[in-house]
Amino acid sequence: MNFDDTPQEAAFRAEAKAWIGANAPKQYEEELRKSSLGRTALKNVNMLEVAKAWQKKKADAGWACLHWPKEYGGRGSSPIERVIWQQEEGPFGKLSGMFIIGHGMCGPTMMAFAGEEQKRKYLPPLAAGENVWCQLFSEPAGGSDVAGLRTRAEKKGDDWIINGQKIWTSGAHYSDYGILLTRTDPTVAKHKGLTMFFLDMKSPGVEVRPIKQASGQSDFNEVYFTDVVIPDSQRLGAVNDGWNVSLTTLMNERMSIGAGVSTGFPELFEFCSSLMLEDGPAIDDRGVRSKLANWAVKASGLKYTSMRAISALSKGDRPGPENSIGKLVAGSMIQDVAMYALDLQGAAGVLSGPEDAEVAGKFQAMLLRAPGTRVEGGTDEIMRNIIAERVLGLPGDIRVDKDVPFNKIPTKGRA
Amino acid sequence: MNFDFSDEQKQMRDEARKFLAEKCPPKAVRAVLDGNAPYDKELWKGLAEMGFLGIAIPEAFGGAGAGHLELCVIAEEMGRALAPVPFSSTVYLAAEALMIAGSDAQKQKWLPVIASGDAIGTLALFEGKGNPSPSAIKLSAVAGTLNGVKKPVPDGAIADFAIVAARTGSSGRDSDISLFLVDLKAGGVEVKSLTNIDPSRGQAELIFKNCKAEPLGAAGEGWGILTQVLDRAAVLLAFEQVGGSDRALEMGRDYALDRIAFGRPIGSFQAVKHLLADMYVSATLARSNCYYGAWALSTNASELPEAAAAARISATQAFQHCSKNNIQVHGGMGFTWEFDCHMYYRRANATALTLGSLSYWEDALIDHMRKRNAA
Repeated sequence: MNFDDTPQEAAFRAEAKAWIGANAPKQYEEELRKSSLGRTALKNVNMLEVAKAWQKKKADAGWACLHWPKEYGGRGSSPIERVIWQQEEGPFGKLSGMFIIGHGMCGPTMMAFAGEEQKRKYLPPLAAGENVWCQLFSEPAGGSDVAGLRTRAEKKGDDWIINGQKIWTSGAHYSDYGILLTRTDPTVAKHKGLTMFFLDMKSPGVEVRPIKQASGQSDFNEVYFTDVVIPDSQRLGAVNDGWNVSLTTLMNERMSIGAGVSTGFPELFEFCSSLMLEDGPAIDDRGVRSKLANWAVKASGLKYTSMRAISALSKGDRPGPENSIGKLVAGSMIQDVAMYALDLQGAAGVLSGPEDAEVAGKFQAMLLRAPGTRVEGGTDEIMRNIIAERVLGLPGDIRVDKDVPFNKIPTKGRA
Repeated sequence: MNFDFSDEQKQMRDEARKFLAEKCPPKAVRAVLDGNAPYDKELWKGLAEMGFLGIAIPEAFGGAGAGHLELCVIAEEMGRALAPVPFSSTVYLAAEALMIAGSDAQKQKWLPVIASGDAIGTLALFEGKGNPSPSAIKLSAVAGTLNGVKKPVPDGAIADFAIVAARTGSSGRDSDISLFLVDLKAGGVEVKSLTNIDPSRGQAELIFKNCKAEPLGAAGEGWGILTQVLDRAAVLLAFEQVGGSDRALEMGRDYALDRIAFGRPIGSFQAVKHLLADMYVSATLARSNCYYGAWALSTNASELPEAAAAARISATQAFQHCSKNNIQVHGGMGFTWEFDCHMYYRRANATALTLGSLSYWEDALIDHMRKRNAA
C-alpha cells in the first residue's frame, strides 16, 4: 500500500507537468480554479472554443484520451497515468466537461461495435475535440426505465428511418454526432426490440430544443426526429441487440472514475475558514466543526474509494457496480453542503446579485445544479438498486412488463 | 501507486478469518457476554500461537516483526468476529505505547510476554466523563508514587500492567502530563469491574493508593506520547469497526434473502434494498478512509493524525449505522437476546466511545485540516 510513483510513473508525471506548464491556457487558470459545480462557464469568452482549442493542442502532442489506443487518437496509457494526468492538469481539466460523454461513453461504444474503417474515420477527431458527441438514450417515457423508449427506427432499403423524441440530452445543441438507441421491434419484450445507431446531428429532420433548467442554464435538450435517415452502415451491433450495446455504454460511464466527483466540500471548508460569525470565526464553532468533519470524511472516503478502484483497474480488474457510490454520495452531499453554506450566511444567503454573488452565488449555483446530479446517469434510487442487486446480490425488482410485448404494455397509470 | 493490501496480506486475512470462524463463533462471544468468563482464554492462547498478538512487535522483542499493515488486516478480522479478548487494549494501546516510548528494559520485559499471550496490558487514561485532554487528568504522580482513580479502563480487571497518564505539574500546559508503567499484580492498585454496554469487553475502575510506578518516556512528554498512541489505536480500532460493519451488513443481507413476507423475500422490497445499499455505502467509505489510515500508520507519515481522525470518524459512523440497520432489517427478531444482532450493536456503540467520543475526533480532524491548509 503506497502512494509513491514508480520510476515510470514519476517520469510520466514530469513529462506531463512540463508539457502542461508550457502549453495550458494560463489566462483562464484563476477563473477555472474558482469555478464549481453549476458555475463552470467562462466569462466573456466562448467556453466551447477555449475547450476545443485546448483539446486539439493536447491531441496534437499525444495527450488526448489517454486511455484510448493510439490508432484511434489516444495514448494507450494505464489507468494510473490517467490519474496522474488529471492531477497535473488541475483546473484546466474542467475544460473537458463537454467532451466527457463523447470520450467516456460514445467513443468506447464505437470502439466495441463500429467497423474498423469507421473507427479510424470518427474516433481521432472525437479524441481531438474537433467533434463533440452526445448520447441519445432518455425519453419522456423512458428515464430510469431506459428500455421503455419509443423512438422508432424502420428499415427502408439500406437505410433506417427514425421518428420520435429524446430528452435530457446533454450538449446536443453543440454536438456533431450522437449515439442513438431506438425501437426496431415493438412486438417483442421491451429489452429485445432495441437497436443502436450513430448519426450526424446535422442530418435533415433532427431538431434540437434546449431545455431551460432550474438553474437558468441550458445544458440539456429535447431532440426531435422526423423521418431522419440513417444508413445501415451506421448501426452499432446487431438489429434488436441494442440493449446489450447500451450496457457497454453504461458500463463505460462507470469507468469514468478518477475524474473526481464534486462534493462542494473544499469550497465549504474554505468558506468556513474565512467566515466570521457573531461569536467568532465559523470554524471555531463546535456545531460547524461537527458538520465539516462529517462531510470531510465523506469526501475523503470517496477520494480513496476511487483510488482503490484505480488500483484494481491497473491490476486488470473490470470496473464494477461498486463504483456507483461516487455519484450517489456526492450528489446529495453537494446539495446539503450548499444549503448549509447558505444557512451560515443567514438572511443574506438568499442574495445572488453581482456584489453578493461571490460567496452566495457559488453555493446557489451548486444548490440549483445538484438535483440534476442526483438524477442524471441513473437516479439515487437506481444507484441503490444497482448496489443492492449487483453488489449485495439481492433479488431484482419485480418487473411486471418484463416478458410482455412492448406494444401490449399499459401506458397510463389511471384510466 | 498501489492503494491496496498485498497478496500476502490478503492471504493473512484469509487465514485469520478462517481461524476466527472456527475458534470464535458467536457462541464464544456469548459465553463472555453472558458473564461466564472475563475473556476467552482459549482464543487468546490461540491468537498468540498464530503469532497475531505480536504481529507488529519487532522480532528482537519476541514479535513477528511483520508490521502495521498486517496488524490492520488482523484487526479487521477481530472486529468482524467480535473477538471477546483484550486485543485492542493490549496490542493497540499498551504495546504501541511501549514501542513509542518504552525504555529498552521495559520493552524487553513486556513486549515478549504480550506477543506470547502471557501478559495483558491496558491504558489508564480516563477519569470519569469527558474526552481526552490534559486538564482532565487529575491522578497525581509525586516522586514516582501514584494517587487517584481511573475509569473506565478497558480490560482493566484482567490486565497485568497498565500505562497510566498522570499529572506531574501544575503549569496548565501539556507538559504537566507524564506516563507511568504500573505492574498491576504488584499491589497498590484496587481493581473493580464495572458493568458496561458491551460485556464482551470488560471495563474497570483502578484506584491507585500510594502506588509505586516507573516512568514511561521522559517526564512532561506524556501528552505527546498519548496523542500518538491514540492516533495509532484509532486506525487499528477503525479496522475493527470496518470488520464489524461488514459482518453486520452481511447478516442483514443474508436475513433479507431468507425471510419471506408478503410472499417474497424481504430483500426484494426496495425499502429494504435501499437500507442495505446505504449500509454498503457507509462501510465502503469507512474502509477507504481506513486504507489511507493504514498507509499513514505503516509509514509513520506526517498525515497520520489527520488520517487517523478521518478513519476513526468514518468507521465509527459506519459501524453504528450498519449495526443499527441490521437490527431494522431483522425486524422484531433483531432486538431479541437470542439473535446475534445486538452483539454488533453493543460493540459498535462501545467502540465509538473507547478512545474519546466522536466530537473529540471531529475537533481533532478539523484542527489538523486547518494546520495543513495553513501550511
